[in-house]
Amino acid sequence: MSQSLVDDTALGLARPVDTAPGPEPRSRGDVRRLLRFLARRPGLLLSVVVLVLVVLASFWPGLFTSQDPLKGVPAQNFRGPSAHHWFGTDELGRDVFSRVVHGAQLSLKATLIAVLVAFVVGGLLGVVAGFVGRWVDDVLMRFVDVLLSIPALFMSLALVTALGYGTVKVAVAVGIASVASFARVARAEVLRVRQAVFVEASRASGARWYSVLGRHVLPNAAGPVIVLATLDFGSSILAVSALSFLGYGAPPPAPEWGTLISDGRNYLANAWWLTALPGLAIAATVLATNRIARALDGEWSRQP
Amino acid sequence: MRRYVIKRLAQAVGVLWAAYTVSFLVLDYLPGDPVTAMASAGMDSGQVDPQQIAALRHEYGFDKPVLVQYAEYLGRAVRGDFGDSVSTGRAVTSTLADALPQTLQLTGTALLLAVLLGGGLAVVATYTTQRWLRQLLLSLPPLGVSVPTFWVGLLLVELFSFRLHWFPAFGNDGLRGLVLPALTLAVPTGAQVAQVLAKSLLTALDQAYIETARAKGADRWRVHLRHALRNASLPALTVVGLLVGQLIAGSVVVETVFSRDGLGRVTAAAVTAQDIPLVQGVVVFGALIFVTTNLVVDLVYPLLDPRIVVASNGRAALA
Repeated sequence: MSQSLVDDTALGLARPVDTAPGPEPRSRGDVRRLLRFLARRPGLLLSVVVLVLVVLASFWPGLFTSQDPLKGVPAQNFRGPSAHHWFGTDELGRDVFSRVVHGAQLSLKATLIAVLVAFVVGGLLGVVAGFVGRWVDDVLMRFVDVLLSIPALFMSLALVTALGYGTVKVAVAVGIASVASFARVARAEVLRVRQAVFVEASRASGARWYSVLGRHVLPNAAGPVIVLATLDFGSSILAVSALSFLGYGAPPPAPEWGTLISDGRNYLANAWWLTALPGLAIAATVLATNRIARALDGEWSRQP
Repeated sequence: MRRYVIKRLAQAVGVLWAAYTVSFLVLDYLPGDPVTAMASAGMDSGQVDPQQIAALRHEYGFDKPVLVQYAEYLGRAVRGDFGDSVSTGRAVTSTLADALPQTLQLTGTALLLAVLLGGGLAVVATYTTQRWLRQLLLSLPPLGVSVPTFWVGLLLVELFSFRLHWFPAFGNDGLRGLVLPALTLAVPTGAQVAQVLAKSLLTALDQAYIETARAKGADRWRVHLRHALRNASLPALTVVGLLVGQLIAGSVVVETVFSRDGLGRVTAAAVTAQDIPLVQGVVVFGALIFVTTNLVVDLVYPLLDPRIVVASNGRAALA
């Protein structure tokens, strides 16, 4: 379910070759420039902090909570948010904050797999289509058009039906559903770079096709595809959590974010925190990655 | 013009055929053995009668070569027959046809809300001279595309059904039951409408004809609506096809949240029961909606924008 509209201009496809996104900061001057860039954009700084926290939580959940996400204390069920239980407790007396923190790992893993599948498969299709051209381009791009014609969620659901349930399968299903947009952007970039003078020069000086591709075309075409991957990260979190909300993700009691909300749904009338707060975690993460994607998409290279 | 229409129609049919083929590959070919999947769906473990499997296999034609199966299935699908649902035994086409009106009501209302709210937001945000109001309004669409739909729905239920008792929390009854689900479904779509329209409004406001209109003394609001919005809404029209497909697919989540009957709930149930013919029907139907909307947009576009002429080679181009 691709929520963000990926139109070509938003990804800066019209950008000429030489103003591609700047390289990662290496020297001390670049670090200072990065810090100043962030300091002028408090929203972006906050987004980076949120994302760092989520990544930390998925690798070392113990940093944030010492409570067991699976062990419940029945005597303490349905406690509202408090100093001891930040997100309250659920129907079995399990600490919801701890479940959200431990769920980050599952949800982030699924999202990473989804983005990786879309990036690799879509990127490969696009690069082959753009670099080889001729009838290969025609055939591959018609195929991509067909993928685009099936709504992403329906595509994911069909794949879930075929593959079965589980975090990894859901992730693959979500990834395949966004292959088409990656293929389009990658192809457009390869076509753009292929016409550049330096590619012509390297061809003229007798470089083999694979060295032209690997040394010149791919590094220069990567920028917008990486921006798309950042954007896709946000929409994949949403798609993965929607599928696990519908019940196709990890089996209980695994604390996947979508599953947490679907569990809390049964107690909506008496325990709002069971749905509201895990949802807030999803929304904050998606918002943060979308903001970072916007910064990568030209804001960094456009600064004075 | 006629050649253009015929060419676009042929393209649409081609895409539909290819979408059917993709769904066939994914659903009938990928699982390896759909019959075992179907027979064991709803059962506890691998306790499946081999005779039953053989019978099913024959009934669905899985004992024939893949290409023969494909040709037979395609032939039936062209005539609107997608087989029978495995879980209910009813024909897929009539199951979908029965569920459709409820979902069309929901998605139609949601589309209307999305265009009104999203469009209104874009118009006001580009019209206002108050910096804070503009900043506030323009920060809403990125928020709208970042929140999970099911979460928004549950929060609305919590607030308006359980606290305020204004609207029912679930069910299909009447207009009151339609408000919350339609609003939920409209949030991500409306946010996208707002993003696209705000961008094209800003581009339109930079054009020379706006300056001319202002110089001739037309008041700001009139320039904004009559001149800028009319031209800016055309590019926004091109994303409608995408949005309609999204709305139909979004009904799966929204109808589940609000326990409404409709296409979305049929789909969710079909996936849970691994009801392959039914899921396939839904996928092809989704593609049909997408292709039809885009076809209509493409055919209407030259009528709305006289600058678009249909060249003799059958392609629409900017004159």
